[in-house]
Amino acid sequence: MLSRTAENLFWVTRYMERAETMARLLEVGYRIALMPSTGEGNRSDWESIIAASGDEGAFAEAHGVADEKSVEHYLMFDSENPSSIASCIARARDNARIVRTAVTSEVWDALNSTFQEFKQLRPGNLPELCDWTKKRAASVRGSIESTQLQHDGYDFMNLGYYLERADNTARLLDVKYYVLLPTTQRVGGSVDNYQWITLLRSLSALRSFHWTYGGDYSPNKIAHFLILNKTNPRSLLHCVEEASYHLNRLARAYGQSTRAQTQANARLARLAEARVDDVIADGLHEFLGEFIAENAILGQSVADGYLFGSN
Amino acid sequence: MGPEDLELKKAEAEAMFRRIGITFAVYGEGGDTERLIPFDLVPRLFTSYEWSRLERGVKQRAEALNCFLRDVYHRAEIVRAGRIPAELVFRNAAFEPSVVGFNPPEGVFSHIVGIDLVRTSADEFFVLEDNCRTPSGVSYMLENREIMMRMFPDLFRTMRVAPVEDYPDQLRRTLASVAPQKCTGDPNIVVLTPGSMNSAYYEHSFLADQMGVELVEGQDLFVEGDLLFMRTTRGPQRVDVIYRRIDDPFLDPLHFRPDSMLGIPGLMNVYLTGGVSICSAPGAGVADDKAIYTYVPDMIRFYLGEEPILKNVPTWRCGIPEDLKYVLAHLPELVVKEVHGSGGYGMLVGPASTKEQIAAYAERIKANPAEFIAQPTLSLSTCPTFVDQGLAPRHVDLRPYCLVGKQVTLVPGGLTRVALREGSLVVNSSQGGGVKDTWVIAD
Repeated sequence: MLSRTAENLFWVTRYMERAETMARLLEVGYRIALMPSTGEGNRSDWESIIAASGDEGAFAEAHGVADEKSVEHYLMFDSENPSSIASCIARARDNARIVRTAVTSEVWDALNSTFQEFKQLRPGNLPELCDWTKKRAASVRGSIESTQLQHDGYDFMNLGYYLERADNTARLLDVKYYVLLPTTQRVGGSVDNYQWITLLRSLSALRSFHWTYGGDYSPNKIAHFLILNKTNPRSLLHCVEEASYHLNRLARAYGQSTRAQTQANARLARLAEARVDDVIADGLHEFLGEFIAENAILGQSVADGYLFGSN
Repeated sequence: MGPEDLELKKAEAEAMFRRIGITFAVYGEGGDTERLIPFDLVPRLFTSYEWSRLERGVKQRAEALNCFLRDVYHRAEIVRAGRIPAELVFRNAAFEPSVVGFNPPEGVFSHIVGIDLVRTSADEFFVLEDNCRTPSGVSYMLENREIMMRMFPDLFRTMRVAPVEDYPDQLRRTLASVAPQKCTGDPNIVVLTPGSMNSAYYEHSFLADQMGVELVEGQDLFVEGDLLFMRTTRGPQRVDVIYRRIDDPFLDPLHFRPDSMLGIPGLMNVYLTGGVSICSAPGAGVADDKAIYTYVPDMIRFYLGEEPILKNVPTWRCGIPEDLKYVLAHLPELVVKEVHGSGGYGMLVGPASTKEQIAAYAERIKANPAEFIAQPTLSLSTCPTFVDQGLAPRHVDLRPYCLVGKQVTLVPGGLTRVALREGSLVVNSSQGGGVKDTWVIAD
C-alpha cells in the first residue's frame, strides 16, 4: 500500500472519531447546562467544554464569552476551528477523496453523504445536531466494518480510530476531574454525581456502567470503568489493546515489526497491570497527562514506521 | 414516458451523480469547486453498421498519428518528403528533443487517442480534433452507462446495447502490453495524477480503481539508480508503467520545469533508459495540435497508403497569407480557434458574435496569425435532448477512445457531449455543456 494512502486512511478515521467526540462534548455541555444552578461552578459549564476541546485561546479570541450559542457555533459549524465537527467532516471526506481507490463505494458514500448533509444543517437544535453527528459517525464506522477488505488499510483505519479515541477519553475524563469540578464543591455531592452521570452518558456508557458496577457512582469505579475496564469500548485499556492488536496484525502481514509495535505492546502490558486505586492515589490528572503524551508518541511511531509523509 | 416522469428521472440521476461524487472542478470561480456536469437522459444512438465504419476510421487515424510520432522522432520522412512543413514539427512547443531516436515499447507514443467527431449528415462525419496526450472524459462514458442501466433496465433488456464496460480492462491490458524492457514479471502499473485539486481527479481515481492499480502523485514516486519506485508501507516497490495524467512540462523537474512540484526528479532518465514506460509518451503532443491536425489526412495516405475514412473539417491556417486573407474577410461565418487552445476557451464563433467581438478578435489574429486556424460552421446534426421545455434538438459531438498497444482497440461507444443552450455549438463542460450516453445498437 502506498504510504500516502495509509496516512490518508489513518486520518479519515481519526477525523471521524474526533467529530464524534466533539458531538459528545457538546452533549455534555448541553446536559450540564440543563441542571439547575446550584453553585458558582456551573456558570462556567460552557467554558469547561471549550477547555475540554483543547482550544481555549482560539475560542476566546473569536467569541469571548462561552454560552450555548457560541460554543455550538464554535464546535459544530466554525470552519476556522480545525477541530469543529464541520472541519473534521470536511477533512475526513477530503482524505477519503484523495484515496478514493482505497475505500469501498459504501465507505465513500457514507463519508460523502455526511459531508453533503452537513451543509444542510442549521444551528439551533443542539441535541438533534449531536445525534445526527453520532449517527453519521456510526454509519461510516459500520460501512468500514462491513465492506472494507480487512487488510493493512483496515488496520491503519483502526489505528486512526483507537489512537484518537484513547486521546479523547483521556481528555474527557481529565476535564471531569480537573475542570468541571469546582474546587469548592464537595466530591461525591449531588452536583458531582450529576456530572459523572453526564460524562458517562456522553460516552454512551451509562447503561454499561450500571451493568458492570450497579448504581454506585464512586469516582474510583467510574475511573476504573473509563481507564481499565477492557469491556468498555471507550476505555483507555480497550483502545490500547486494539491499537496493539492492529499493529501486531500489520507486523505479521508485513513479516517485519517496527518500533510502534514494541511501544504499543509495552504500553499494553503496563496498563493491564495498573490498579485504579494506585492511579488515583498517584494523581489522576498526572496519569492522564502522561497517557496523552504516550499516545502522541505512539502516533508518531506509526507515522515513522510506515513512512507517512516520507517525501 | 411523459415530461413529469422524465423530470423525476432526471432528479434521480443527478442525486446518483452527486452521491457517487462524479464531479468536475471549475477553476477560478471560488466557492464550491466541485460541480456536476449536466447529464441528459436521452441516449444518442448508432447502428452497429454506422459504428463499424466509424471504428475503422478512428483506428486508422490513431495508427497514422502513431506512425507520424515514430517518424518525427526518427528520420522524419514525412518532412523530408515535403508533406508537412518542418517548422510545424520541430518548432512545435510540444516537440520533445530528448526523445529523438528513442523507441518506446511497441513503437507506441500515443496509447489513448481521443478523436472528437461531429456528424453533418446521415453518413458524413468530420473530425474536429485529435487528442493524443491525455484525453479525458472516459469515466463519463462509463458512469453514464451505469446510471442509464440503473434507471432504464427495461430499455437495455429490449435494445441490445453494445457494452462498454470492459474499457478499463482493455486499458489495463494495453498498458501492460507496453511494459519496458527492464520489467520482469507482471508489470506494476500506476495512474499518475496531479492530485485531488485537478479538474479531472475523479476520472483519475475512477480509472485506477477500475483497473485495480495504484493512483499515485509525484510525491509517491522516486528514482533510484535507473529505476522508478513508489513509497509503500512495506518500503520501495518497482513501478513499470505510468499512465500519466499530467502534462509533459510537469513530469520531471530535472528535465522540464524546475519549479514543478508535481513530477518526479530523474523520471526522464529512467524512461529513456528503458526502466519505465510513460503513457502517453513525452513528446506525443506534437501530433495533436490544431495546426498539425490539418495534415492528418496526408499522414494517413503517406504512412498507411489508404484514403482517410473520416474527413477533416476544411481548415484555414492563418499563418498562410492567402488563408489569412480569406479568414479576415469571412469572420462572421467562421469558427476561429487558437492553435494551442483547448476546452473551448478563446475561440470565436462568428455567427454568434457581435460586430465588436469580431473586430476585436480580428486584431488578435493580425497580431499573431500563425496562432490561429479557422473552420466553417458546419450544419451539425442534432440529437433530441431533455431541456426545460421538454425534448428539443441540441448540437452534439462524440469522443470515442481508441487504445493503442500491442493491439488497437475501441469499445463501441464514447462520450457524447451536448450543447445545452439552444443553437449553441459549444459542448465543452467548462462552457456549460452536458453529456449523454452513447448507444451502439446490435443488429
